Amino acid sequence: MRGDAMTEPQLLHEAVVIERIQESPVIFTLRLSFTDPELQAGYRFEPGQFNMVGLYGVGQSPISIVSDPQDERLLDHTIRGLGRVTLGLSRLAAGDRVGLRGPYGRGWPLAQAQGRDIVLITGGLGCAPAVSVIRYVLRRRERFGYLTILQGVKHADDLIWRRQYAQWSAFPDVHVGLAADVGAPGWFGVVGPVTALFDQAPIRAGSLVMMCGPEIMMRVVAAELVRRGIDENDMWLSMERNMHCATGLCGHCQIGPHFVCRDGPVFRYPELKALLGERGF
Amino acid sequence: MAATGFLLRSHLQDLLDALVAVGYRCVGPQVRDGAVCYDTLREAADLPWGWRDAQNPGTYRLRQTGGAYAFAWANGPQGLKPLLFAPRELLQTSIRAPDGGLRFAAPVASVGAMAVVGVRACDLAALRLLDQHFIGGFVPDPHYAARRADLFLIAVHCSHPAATCFCVSTGDGPRAEQGFDLALGETEAGFVVFAGSAAGAGLAERLPLRPAQAAEEAFVDAALADAVKAQTRSLPSRDLRAGLFGNLRHPRWEAVASRCLSCGNCTAVCPTCFCHGEGEEVAADGASSARYRQWDSCFTQEHSAIHGMVIRADTRQRYRQWLTHKLGSWHGQYGRSGCVGCGRCITWCPVGIDITEEAAAVCAGTP
Repeated sequence: MRGDAMTEPQLLHEAVVIERIQESPVIFTLRLSFTDPELQAGYRFEPGQFNMVGLYGVGQSPISIVSDPQDERLLDHTIRGLGRVTLGLSRLAAGDRVGLRGPYGRGWPLAQAQGRDIVLITGGLGCAPAVSVIRYVLRRRERFGYLTILQGVKHADDLIWRRQYAQWSAFPDVHVGLAADVGAPGWFGVVGPVTALFDQAPIRAGSLVMMCGPEIMMRVVAAELVRRGIDENDMWLSMERNMHCATGLCGHCQIGPHFVCRDGPVFRYPELKALLGERGF
Repeated sequence: MAATGFLLRSHLQDLLDALVAVGYRCVGPQVRDGAVCYDTLREAADLPWGWRDAQNPGTYRLRQTGGAYAFAWANGPQGLKPLLFAPRELLQTSIRAPDGGLRFAAPVASVGAMAVVGVRACDLAALRLLDQHFIGGFVPDPHYAARRADLFLIAVHCSHPAATCFCVSTGDGPRAEQGFDLALGETEAGFVVFAGSAAGAGLAERLPLRPAQAAEEAFVDAALADAVKAQTRSLPSRDLRAGLFGNLRHPRWEAVASRCLSCGNCTAVCPTCFCHGEGEEVAADGASSARYRQWDSCFTQEHSAIHGMVIRADTRQRYRQWLTHKLGSWHGQYGRSGCVGCGRCITWCPVGIDITEEAAAVCAGTP
């Protein structure tokens, strides 16, 4: 956390939009940089952590950081324009200012993942927290084992970053699998749920699994992976909840005893198993 | 705990004066809008002398008995929570310069030292929980911390529990055991005074105390023993995690939801409910914006809304969230139940839903 975190834990700091990239009709990336160079230089985060991005006069939204932690110049935030804040953010252009505070929460277990095979399973539209892991691993290819990327979408047309998936699959020791519940002409992936990809994918015992997407999907996937010999403690998932403070105080993000902003957003599967996909929690 | 001395009723004003003399603003119970409320207290005469309360599920009534006691009533709708966790707090100001540049400031209101007179054991227990939540974590809340820093607490042993009280079953009352600077046990002649801290002992030295007589201490003990016996409500256990989370599909959740108005009164009067929402208020000229937080409730739709989806869309899920959190998840968060047995949620529920009854029904298992 930046600045006088202990006395001003929620204070925003000015950041400037360096570049805005349209990823899909509703998804865009803001490349941000703190205007205070000292703040920017001292900022550290781990993939899977998030920032609160503040739009002047409107509000703040938790957005996961997808740039590389060693990039000292830019902080990339990939955002889906859906609510008041994120739709407002979607209208920003290079040079515009926002408020930024963070990073918050627990990121992906990348230290534990060193030297091991990684299986990344995502569902839904553009799973930003997972993209941060893929980029991290591909930039440090030699430190990790086999990388398996499995993405499921409802409809074939929902898939974004087609080109990126193609680029990723060209890396050595990378397997990319795509599945759509509903296919479409020209769909090159599998038609079915994301678990339909498992037979073709190199999911080996000892792999570390990271998941992101609808909770029901993650619950089904976790159960299937247990059947395939993956240890529950080697499965990690990124959760999404309403957040106002990001400092474990406001209470909106609770799942059972967990504050997602503070204890997550990345959780070990057994921590959430009992309530994962349980409607109302 | 041995008594420090005895303060005659006619000397109660000396206590307030002593607190003011050492720099405290005094807050104490007074009758306002038909209820006992905590507000700035200047005169001991403004305390609820002679007032008694009658509380039942969904009802609260005060009546003047002409009696000699100032504290012969059980808690009104609020205790310490609003004094420390303000219902509304300015968190941040944003200023936008004509060139679009943004400047932010996070002011912490300076509140000064506060002494609260008349705090009950249930609210002391609730305070320990709020302390854990707001200042015990890795990111302490500066606003709560500022209000908490110079707080002097004068407890009163609770001799007149309401029908809705169940602090005996949660282990939090009626005797104030810890967490106070001074505690008072009321008798007809005045107050047996107990010091609970060095600051409390220091203040006691400034008071015209005489030694407490054994009969006076015995009277206070007897009143507390009666207060224990008077409580008829109770929770089935102090740890209901298994009973609640093991019965998430119990039909009782549906039954209580058919009565619950999802109004949030229970969360507003609960001395440990900490949820709050944050929002922006832009100045009319657009040049500045203020970010406030204010009390929120898990009974609202917005509480669990994320991009076009509401996690708890119906009252069944919201009541279940509240109860499983209050009596269940709190154990994982702060090492005990979040309920201190004050009974406010029962009294102030407009339809009289009784937390002890609902918890017992769900935890009894599938019928």
